[in-house]
Amino acid sequence: MDWTALRVSLWLGAGTIAILLPCGIWFGRLLAVHQFRGKVLVEALVTVPLVLPPTVLGFYLLVLFGARSPLGQAFQSLAGQTLPFSFEGLLLASAIANIPFVVQPIQRGFEAIPSDVRDAAACCGLTPWQRFARIEVPLAWPGILTAAILTFAHTLGEFGVVLMVGGNLPGETRTLSVAIYDRMQAFDDRSAGIMAATLLAIAVVTLMLTTTLSRRVGLRRG
Amino acid sequence: MSRLIALLSALAFAVVLDGTASAQRPPTIAAAANLNFALTEIAGQFKADRGMSVEVVFGASGTLTRQIQDGAPFELFLAADEEFPNQLTKAGLTRDAGIVYATGRLAIFAPNGSPLTVDERLNGLARLIKSGKSGRFAIANPDVAPYGKAAEAVLKKRGLWDAIRPQLVLGDTIAQAAQFATTGNATGGLIAYSLVLGPGFAERGKYALIPESDHPPLRQRMVLLKRAGATARQFYTYLQGETARSILRRHGYGVPQ
Repeated sequence: MDWTALRVSLWLGAGTIAILLPCGIWFGRLLAVHQFRGKVLVEALVTVPLVLPPTVLGFYLLVLFGARSPLGQAFQSLAGQTLPFSFEGLLLASAIANIPFVVQPIQRGFEAIPSDVRDAAACCGLTPWQRFARIEVPLAWPGILTAAILTFAHTLGEFGVVLMVGGNLPGETRTLSVAIYDRMQAFDDRSAGIMAATLLAIAVVTLMLTTTLSRRVGLRRG
Repeated sequence: MSRLIALLSALAFAVVLDGTASAQRPPTIAAAANLNFALTEIAGQFKADRGMSVEVVFGASGTLTRQIQDGAPFELFLAADEEFPNQLTKAGLTRDAGIVYATGRLAIFAPNGSPLTVDERLNGLARLIKSGKSGRFAIANPDVAPYGKAAEAVLKKRGLWDAIRPQLVLGDTIAQAAQFATTGNATGGLIAYSLVLGPGFAERGKYALIPESDHPPLRQRMVLLKRAGATARQFYTYLQGETARSILRRHGYGVPQ
């Protein structure tokens, strides 16, 4: 068992949630409450990472932020290292890849709130922020939690982008999923097996959690 | 809600701290996949002798070269050929032109139960292809792995390249090709001799060593990269010493005089 890799994976999952959840709550609510022109296009753009091969994202990140690009060189002179092949670069890639996993459940969560609830809260004299924090977020909570869990699970399972942008560096970009590949290539099937079982267990528990949660959302809606 | 925000900001903060604390890590070394067993042993011996550790990342020479060009933080690169490190030297990414540390060999391997009989002139493979029951045959991807390029040269020399091409399964690295060949997912493969000599390989199948004259020599060059620190430089010297050379020889490599 590669504990360093597990730690990198867990940090990556937590970091991705920390970055995406606040943006996701804001943006998911925006999409749920407001109607505007071009909304279909915006929704499509939000969903695009879901269907895009990880290599496409990896390609753009390497070309845009690699040591040979002007943007990458500027970043390197500021931060002292390149964005690819660093934990921060992985975090950026992971945040982009997980946008649909965050925005969609949250959007559904806010959409499930009937508009008269919102109106009633306004009539009671609550400020928009109070309405948001005390009424809407608690009601949309299962959606938000689903988003967090899905993002975490998906980050743990991410492989293609991590290998391409991260480059399998121990303690920095070698996540558990890449470590399995690495151990397989080193003919260390035993370690690979232990790590694969760990990821499988995490994935099953995660999906059980999301199913339970989404069922509760469904009950509330009905 | 506020508790959640506090938790998340604490996490974000910890991630940032985690990143800065990592500055004191041992140097990361990029190595061609054929070195899997040999270099792991040498790194262990280096730690026992000198008390310093290095982190080794294995991959295909071409993939690693690309990563170094894109800014990957490696300090030393042990390639499977001379072309890739020379590219880096030309691009000004290395300290100097480096040195050839070993010469690699190829072996044909057939897993237990495979219809393939192995011999150094590939007569068994030719018979199997003629019979039409050759199944998949594993080599490393010639574009990124020098051992794959050498395998291509061997198959061309024996006049088998065109016939076997549709049957080829390409490993990302020579280690992956070896994995295809040893797990019975292919009827056999042309893989690095150093891997065949690794632990657990002998009981998985049979092999024959390919004559060195059948392919351009696999002269493996290593280069110190621009960011190399003291430990990486010491390891570079250590690799040229007698201890490392005898380990390399034991793993089937030729070592320069």
